[in-house]
Amino acid sequence: MNKIYIISVFAENKPGRLERITKVLAEANINILAFSITSTNGFGIIKFMVDKFNETYQLLKDKGFTVSLNEAIGIEMKDQPGGLYEVVKILSSKGINIESAAVYVAETRKTAYLIVEVEDTEKAIESLKDENLKFLESTT
Amino acid sequence: MQFWHKELETLPRQKLEELQLERLKKTLQKVYQKVPHYRKKIQDSAINPSEIKSINDIKKLPFTTKEDLFVDYPYGLLAIPTERAIRLHTSSGTTGKPKAIFFSKKDINNSAELIARSLVMTGATKKDILQNSMTYGLFTGALVMHYGAEKVGILVIPAGPGNTERQINLMRDFGTTMLHITPSYALYVASVIYDKGIDPKKDLKLKRAYLGAEPYSEETRRKIEEMLGIDIYNCYGLTEMNGPGVGFECIYKEGLHIWEDNFLMEVVNPETGQSVSDGEIGELVLTTLNREAMPLIRYRTRDLTRVIPEPCKCGRVHRRISRILGRSDDMFIVKGVNIFPQQIEQVLMGIKGVAQNYQIVLEAFDEMVVRVEIDRDLFDGKIEKLVRLKEEIVDKIRSNVMVKPKVELLEPGTLPISEGKAKRVIDKRTI
Repeated sequence: MNKIYIISVFAENKPGRLERITKVLAEANINILAFSITSTNGFGIIKFMVDKFNETYQLLKDKGFTVSLNEAIGIEMKDQPGGLYEVVKILSSKGINIESAAVYVAETRKTAYLIVEVEDTEKAIESLKDENLKFLESTT
Repeated sequence: MQFWHKELETLPRQKLEELQLERLKKTLQKVYQKVPHYRKKIQDSAINPSEIKSINDIKKLPFTTKEDLFVDYPYGLLAIPTERAIRLHTSSGTTGKPKAIFFSKKDINNSAELIARSLVMTGATKKDILQNSMTYGLFTGALVMHYGAEKVGILVIPAGPGNTERQINLMRDFGTTMLHITPSYALYVASVIYDKGIDPKKDLKLKRAYLGAEPYSEETRRKIEEMLGIDIYNCYGLTEMNGPGVGFECIYKEGLHIWEDNFLMEVVNPETGQSVSDGEIGELVLTTLNREAMPLIRYRTRDLTRVIPEPCKCGRVHRRISRILGRSDDMFIVKGVNIFPQQIEQVLMGIKGVAQNYQIVLEAFDEMVVRVEIDRDLFDGKIEKLVRLKEEIVDKIRSNVMVKPKVELLEPGTLPISEGKAKRVIDKRTI
């Protein structure tokens, strides 16, 4: 199974919110591999891909954050011009709509991953399995 | 379904209203003749008691407010000679003098009658044992309940509040079946019962409890019901109206029946004093119809509620009110519209995804900002869902109170936790 997990944290649009969350992660020695922020009028959601997602989820929950664990897919792309386009083209040809996206650069100038949340993770993986794609494997 | 006074409890509506009118006229004549303050008020209002032809005409009479109780204080509002008053009760009076209410012998008997009706309405019989854990003293709660329960033939244990250890021993040793207690103390007693390893369903004989004197939520009711394995009935009363027994829930627990042969009820807009339509939130106004020592006309209770006009499944004609939703002083005006925080609260309670806590901030240019905490357990990381949630809140509040709010979604735990008397509204407007 090529499903991975990302952490979503609800945050009001106020100074210091991101700082508060990242401080917790830093103190727990959790490495952030990729992250994104979606915000709208007044509030937003901060998404992280980390090395220890279960531990991070529990930690943030215990610290009182409003947090959820979300399924995602990590698709390898070439870290060169056209890399993202190649991957996105396949996704759109399969009718897969991206709900959120982030990039994880595993090795600079070599491998990067497009981390996407889609409506139905299982279905998306199923429909992508015959494509010539490499997926990121889940950590714990 | 059992009744204490079946005839009066199930009187056809028209007969009940005839009885109300007859008693209203009598009450008005009496205060006009015997109470100088009321005579003056009625004279000033340019209506003569003899012109009252229907119960609706009561709207022509002036209100009685808390301030009226302090005119000619303390005996001035008595409609009987002082020596015929046999008991005094007072309200808590946290600031200044307490409100003083006098009972004649007949009033004591009558308030006990209403309690008897109320207890029997919830299924109580003379085989029951009532542990009365309210404060005995100046406060009406315990004594009025005590007399009413005795009238039914219930064995009353006048425990009073406090000494939780003893409360539990009394329950266990004497097989208490009913409690009269405040909600906060009930929660505490229930938790101590658990800590002691007592299984209330096996080791105790409790069947029901009557909770009043403090505001509490439906969730609290359910929580205590589950903890103790009992039925909890909401009761409403105020010292000015003889204490408990003004309104009580029946076995269906869908609002409180007001004993309308004893109290004429109105629900008014606290700002204008005009009646609101049935079902709309407003201030409860009560007129005593059967009180001898100290009748009160159109007394402003400051309590917010709404009438539930539909007939109750229990067969009683006496109309119901919702649980008390707050104090009329909570009302605020935005863009010319009168709004109660409770209206906003009701809307929020009906929306999935938000927690119980909320705050209303009134900002410059008459902008109403409703701040709500999202429900931590329902958060799933999808921003579209939160955007829709916000839109839903805006739409529902707008259609309910006719003012479009600005809604802020907050992280849970952001707002101060408030018990009972919550500071829900922050007015930052400057004129």
